[in-house]
Amino acid sequence: MFRTLFDRDTWQEIFGSIQKNRLRTIVTVIGVLWGIFIYITLSGASKGLDNGFERQFEQVAINSLFVWAQSTSLPYDGFRTGRRMQLKLDDQAYLMQRVPQLQYVAPRISRGAFGGQAANVGRGTKSGNYTIYGDFPILVKIAAKDIYEGGRFINQADIDNQRKVCVIGERTQKELFEKSEEPVGAFIEIDNMYFQVIGVHRFTGNGGFENDSDVYIPFTTFRKAYNTGDKVDWFAMAAYDNADVVLAEKNIKAALKVKHRVHPDDERAFGSFNLGEIFNKVKGFSSGMNLLSLVVGIATILAGVIGIGNILLISVRERTKELGIRRALGATPSEVRAQIIIESVFLTLIAGVMGIVLGSFVLATINYLTVDSTSLPYTNPTVPIKFILGALALMVGLGTLIGLIPAQRAVSIKPIDALREE
Amino acid sequence: MIDISDLHKSYKMGQNSLHVLKGIDFKADEGEMVAIMGSSGSGKSTLLNILGMLDEADAGTYILDGKEIKDLDETKAAIYRNKFLGFVFQSFNLIAYKTALENVMLPLYYQKVSRKERQTRAQKFLEQVGLGPWATHRPNELSGGQKQRVAIARALVSKPKVLLADEPTGALDSKTSYELMDVLQTINNQGITLLIVTHEEDIANMCKRIVHLRDGIIVSDKKVTQVKASQYVE
Ligand SMILES: Nc1ncnc2c1ncn2[C@@H]1O[C@H](COP(=O)(O)OP(=O)(O)OP(=O)(O)O)[C@@H](O)[C@H]1O
Ligand SMILES: [Mg+2]
Repeated sequence: MFRTLFDRDTWQEIFGSIQKNRLRTIVTVIGVLWGIFIYITLSGASKGLDNGFERQFEQVAINSLFVWAQSTSLPYDGFRTGRRMQLKLDDQAYLMQRVPQLQYVAPRISRGAFGGQAANVGRGTKSGNYTIYGDFPILVKIAAKDIYEGGRFINQADIDNQRKVCVIGERTQKELFEKSEEPVGAFIEIDNMYFQVIGVHRFTGNGGFENDSDVYIPFTTFRKAYNTGDKVDWFAMAAYDNADVVLAEKNIKAALKVKHRVHPDDERAFGSFNLGEIFNKVKGFSSGMNLLSLVVGIATILAGVIGIGNILLISVRERTKELGIRRALGATPSEVRAQIIIESVFLTLIAGVMGIVLGSFVLATINYLTVDSTSLPYTNPTVPIKFILGALALMVGLGTLIGLIPAQRAVSIKPIDALREE
Repeated sequence: MIDISDLHKSYKMGQNSLHVLKGIDFKADEGEMVAIMGSSGSGKSTLLNILGMLDEADAGTYILDGKEIKDLDETKAAIYRNKFLGFVFQSFNLIAYKTALENVMLPLYYQKVSRKERQTRAQKFLEQVGLGPWATHRPNELSGGQKQRVAIARALVSKPKVLLADEPTGALDSKTSYELMDVLQTINNQGITLLIVTHEEDIANMCKRIVHLRDGIIVSDKKVTQVKASQYVE
């Protein structure tokens, strides 16, 4: 077999037979090529989607969820229906204690985030309306803030001392500061109170639900400034990596209902947004895509390889006489078989490599076209090398298997009958 | 060299079976040149094919060069053919997309001879049949006589003990036939045993012995004075 593989006559033979059936060979090679091409582009594309989604979510803990208060829809415990609910600061400790899935709970409060009046923020002659958030340092564990060099986010000392400090968004900076001005250390006016800027955070896509036209101040400062007492607008939370986010969400709501004396079946009292669940769905979607591309790709490769088997069967029949001559001259059945199998594998491989090259080219083009787009969830579409090697191995395997049929056909006929063939 | 006795062969065709060889006894010594004659359908090709291990007899013994040939599987038969036998067919049976030289090299390929060695040996045999300058030509660029000489060179290149030729001159005119017989006589003079199936009396007379077949048995077997083909070749 090995000797056959490295002999020029073998290759001369293969090229001879390919040349005799040129059109048919090309058509069938295109079959396999198409299969591997589909496989490569599809799985590369789904990898690209994967990466894209990951990039979209990279600033947010993937298993994060949010809960806020609404109004009751059922009467309970002497309360009438339609009672306006209000989250409280001590709910944080309560939730941490009652819901074992939770790793972090960040109480948040804001002006202008959900309707309501945005704060008036000004500096010198410039001013505008911006969303103000009152936050704890722990927020960054759930939704990371990308702070520019030289700045920082709110820390515990800011909380403890109710410092009048703030972190501003990139756009806030652009609108309030000249390009040449250094924002960190400067003062801005928020609803007529002076705050010192301690950091500027970068704009991120962030799944699109926060922007950079905002100002963060310590929760305690916010509370004092706006006299909000123990009120919390919503909790941003992160479950442990391996926790079931859907169950966590259920537990959180159940716990809150107990604490706030809400009917257990009341679905309206607390609203929530489960990013973890959505993320899992997206993940499910891209692994579905992966599976689909695998199935479609393999099916097309299979069809192509069967096509190659077919052309070889025909070419073996056409070459019956020639194979008879060879056997009269001393070719053993295994030598004849080897030759045909090599031919099969060779055709499959050629088609496969061409498909891989073409597929990679298309992926590279897509990558080139989408590289600047931050809104498309599509990044760096690649196919792992082991997938490619796997596909090649699969094709060699299939090529061998499918080659066995014409190979067997070639030697099943007696040499004397083969020679008689006209 | 060849020793067969009580050889039988029949072809099954559906229900019927056609008894083609009905007990052939035949011996040929080393260096003999035997013509096998007989009317069409008398079983000449069948006999030659069995001798060439391209086909198998139903009964009888076959001893080639002191070795009994039996229980042949395809692999063994292929190896024997390659080592001991050379074939020349009426229809040349050259491989169309290979050059004359490459055609001659082919049996050596199956003997696992290195490419270089194959090339030099094949070239030598092409020269012996007078086709040295035609080495790089493909069969469709050669005349019938030239093709048959390539076939002879190919049959000889593996240094067989016996050369089997089934109507080698059947497709050639008489002048070309004589040239070919001249080549075959030269080969025979080098010690190779030749069995030639032919219809033509003059070709048969250029052998050393003539065997007549009729309806699957040998009806006559006699030595003849060999007519030298060289006298017809200028
Ligand atoms: N494969 C086969 N199947 C069935 N019958 C066959 C087969 N080969 C040969 N025969 C029959 O066997 C008989 C002998 O055939 P064979 O080819 O040996 O004759 P031949 O003497 O060589 O004739 P010719 O001079 O025409 O070549 C013929 O009647 C032929 O029809
Ligand atoms: Mg015949």
